[in-house]
Amino acid sequence: MLDKLKEFASEFFVTGDPLILGAQVSIGLSLVAIIFALTFFKKWKWLWTEWLTSVDHKKIGIMYIIASLLMLFRGGVDALLMRMQLAAPQLEFLNAEHYNAIFTTHGVIMILFMAMPLMFGLFNIVVPLQIGARDVAFPFLNSLSFWMFFFGAMLFNVSFIIGGSPDAGWLAYPPLSELSGSPGLGQDFYIWGIQISGIGSLATGINFIVTILKMRAPGMKLMQMPMFIWSVLSSCITIIFAFPILTVTLFLLFLDRYLGAHFFTLDGGGNPMMYINLIWMWGHPEVYIVILPAFGIFSEVVSTFSKKKLFGYKSMVFALMSISFFSFFTWAHHFFTMGSGADVNAFFAITTMLIAIPTGVKVFNWLFTMYRGRITFSTPMMWAVAFIPCFVVGGMTGVMLSVAPADFQFHNSYFLIAHFHQVLIGGVVFGYFAGLYYWWPKMFGFRLHEGLGKWAFWFWNIGFYVCFMPQYALGLDGMTRRVNTYDFDMGWQPLNVISTVGAFLMGLAFIFQVWQIAHSIKFYKKEKDGDAWDGRTLEWSIPSPAPLYNFARLPQVRSQDDWWEEKQRKAKGEPAKPLAPLEPIHMPKNSGIPFIMSACWFTAGFGFVWDWKWMIVLGLGGVVVCMLARSFSYDTDYYIPVDEIERTEAALRGTK
Amino acid sequence: MKPNIRMLTPVLFLLMAMTLSGCGEQFIVLDPKGPIGESQKDLIYITTLLCAVVIVPVLILSAIIIWRYRDRPGRKAAYTPEWEHSTKLEIVWWGIPIIIILILGVVTVKYTYELEPSKPIVSEKEPVTIQVTSLDWKWLFKYPEEGIATVNYLKIPEDVPVKFQLTSDKAMNSFWIPQLGGQIYTMSGMAMTLFLQADEPGSYYGSGANFNGKDFAKMTFKVDATSEEGYQAWINEVKGTSPALTMDGYEKLTEPGSSETLLFSSFPEGLFEKVVTQYVNGDGGAHQHHGGDTAEQEDEAAEADDSASPDSTGTESNAHHHAGH
Repeated sequence: MLDKLKEFASEFFVTGDPLILGAQVSIGLSLVAIIFALTFFKKWKWLWTEWLTSVDHKKIGIMYIIASLLMLFRGGVDALLMRMQLAAPQLEFLNAEHYNAIFTTHGVIMILFMAMPLMFGLFNIVVPLQIGARDVAFPFLNSLSFWMFFFGAMLFNVSFIIGGSPDAGWLAYPPLSELSGSPGLGQDFYIWGIQISGIGSLATGINFIVTILKMRAPGMKLMQMPMFIWSVLSSCITIIFAFPILTVTLFLLFLDRYLGAHFFTLDGGGNPMMYINLIWMWGHPEVYIVILPAFGIFSEVVSTFSKKKLFGYKSMVFALMSISFFSFFTWAHHFFTMGSGADVNAFFAITTMLIAIPTGVKVFNWLFTMYRGRITFSTPMMWAVAFIPCFVVGGMTGVMLSVAPADFQFHNSYFLIAHFHQVLIGGVVFGYFAGLYYWWPKMFGFRLHEGLGKWAFWFWNIGFYVCFMPQYALGLDGMTRRVNTYDFDMGWQPLNVISTVGAFLMGLAFIFQVWQIAHSIKFYKKEKDGDAWDGRTLEWSIPSPAPLYNFARLPQVRSQDDWWEEKQRKAKGEPAKPLAPLEPIHMPKNSGIPFIMSACWFTAGFGFVWDWKWMIVLGLGGVVVCMLARSFSYDTDYYIPVDEIERTEAALRGTK
Repeated sequence: MKPNIRMLTPVLFLLMAMTLSGCGEQFIVLDPKGPIGESQKDLIYITTLLCAVVIVPVLILSAIIIWRYRDRPGRKAAYTPEWEHSTKLEIVWWGIPIIIILILGVVTVKYTYELEPSKPIVSEKEPVTIQVTSLDWKWLFKYPEEGIATVNYLKIPEDVPVKFQLTSDKAMNSFWIPQLGGQIYTMSGMAMTLFLQADEPGSYYGSGANFNGKDFAKMTFKVDATSEEGYQAWINEVKGTSPALTMDGYEKLTEPGSSETLLFSSFPEGLFEKVVTQYVNGDGGAHQHHGGDTAEQEDEAAEADDSASPDSTGTESNAHHHAGH
């Protein structure tokens, strides 16, 4: 019996690597510590009623952001481990298998479990507030989306201590990712982790499209929406067309692996090229899904901190929508070198270059928003300003890569690595940081320490250039991506050492950010005014943090930048808008079903990975029960009475 | 705040780019030794310049705007909070990228057709054919005209076009000799064609550029370009002194693992074709369920035929042709 248990444990847990053993022990200990703390402080009930079952978009947004910062930590540690391994030739710090697992999980985590949830977190917190709504269109679905993402991410993450990490690259090209190339369980964790969280992403896309189209405050026309809202809309439209492709592709790969189908295998009539086309039909739009909202954030931040209306509103909207459209016609530029022939390559090279046009226009419009503005450099604006040169250079190398015949020399090299990190860090990460710093006071009701934020900013920026500029040169020197080691005589070491130093500077920057948050909590100073930055849009018209119902009275919108115009009118001494009488507010009730249902999906996914039939049945059965329970529950909403609203408002605005 | 310092970073990058173009010889992609690599280098410089025409002014403009319009007491620069639209200006910055992209597009399309990898290099000399097979985790090179084979080592004559026929037995990889020219994927069940040429003798670095599993990093190889006499002498030497590659020997090579450089005096006839078509003939189940439509069957026959003879280029008539032609 004991022997059997031992045998099981040695298969179940990943063994034999001191680094992973360390991680296992520390994860175990932190779990114990968390459980102890929750029990000791009697916080279990609070956790369940206030957070886990919450359908409040603001709380869901905060949970998304916490999860994404944890994932940023994990993905960042992966990155540092890789950079350490590459700091010297023929280093034996990580063996080939471990290195392959780490670059795979780094990629998946950073895109799907860091960038996406950070983006969804900002959607959740900001969209309803900016359009003057009290919640998203489908609050229950919103909670379900979060928990599907969360449990999917957890399923993916446990693989490195249980069962083994995936190690076939972040897009898992077959035949390497088929059973013949990756017989281990890692690839199954990959499929199910992404699949489960992908369903959440798709639902979020639908949710926010409906929210934006149907829930805007009375009077807000489409062409008066804040630019961030337009960017969310374009991103969500891209999501609903792209994510089904991912789901189907991974499902087919699952059928290949689990049932012995032959969609992407070499034998039996399968074709791996099919997978590569499909995965990039999702994968390319995916990078625009994450960058478009960053464009929206920059528009808000640049306009607010220049104290000036956004320049070229119509152009900006048109640019966002055309980027979203064109993103679906560029996928083959990821494999110009697979011999599609000159016709196909020429077509996809041109479509890729076309995207540079609207993107370039956006840059000009941001510049001319600042032109004749009055620019102040608070941390959100610093990120926005740093973004411009970084993204412009990253965009330029992108155009260079799109030149198909030249790409034959860039493809798979560190030049490509440097390019996409420059647009993803310089664009997406800088953008989301700008957004995080900008809306932080709105989320939590206190400001982050500016000085520490500036330290973090400079470390991030300097670290970024030190890390990635040498990688362009390494690419031109023939260094290919994903190599776990290289020979002495290649002469790649000096540039690699510089790059590693840069990576650690970014690591330091992250520590500064954690310190900044901790410091700001310790010296908590409540925001007196909801309008932290002299803002322009509706979210700044209400107290920070926003009350449960957001707006006691739904705002009557008359123009773009409505809150700014309102303040201007007030300054001129014009009469304020007449206040409508308060009415009871219709709100959704909290529900535990999203959490439980997602946990059931996790169970089913885990069962599929190990092929434990009882667990699959248990998990999927649980999902069905949850669906039935939701279908037959009619007690899903309630009204907040007027006197409670009055009390809350008085308390919140009492200090004013 | 010192926004000018912030602007230094892209300037540094540009300086670096300039240094790069100045002493490109340090970087093997910018130090090509063959006509294909040479054209690709030219193209890289042309596109960099075209992009820089837009990028540099934009960077300077942003530095000026951010500096001039920063908020400070007693500032003299204009402040127009309501100014949000100018048709003229917007036409300018929709126009500039459109023009640049047009030029870039024309250049790209021209080069795309010129540098199509399966297009033969113009030369008086007959090309040497080398059949490339990527294995887990080693390269097998076969010289069908000479009848010899090597592992992880290539010798080619200078000034003679080399016609690489490429496939893979297992996961896909990408065959890349940066100083001779750009890479192309090797894929199972397909044969790709790539023409390269070395203009001067030398020893060049080659690698597998696409990740294909555990020992992927060990899939590097050396390419020696020598005079035609030296090449002939090497062939004769390999024929005289090296063992033969048998079918069993090939099976051994396909087992996962890295390998030293190996030389073989001969290899089983038709091995490359067998590897390419193994999934067509080996597993008859592939197309059986299609039913008895004759046109389709002919099509399939053509397709099978197609992959069997990697040389065939006249596939325009065959709607079903795979990549690689």
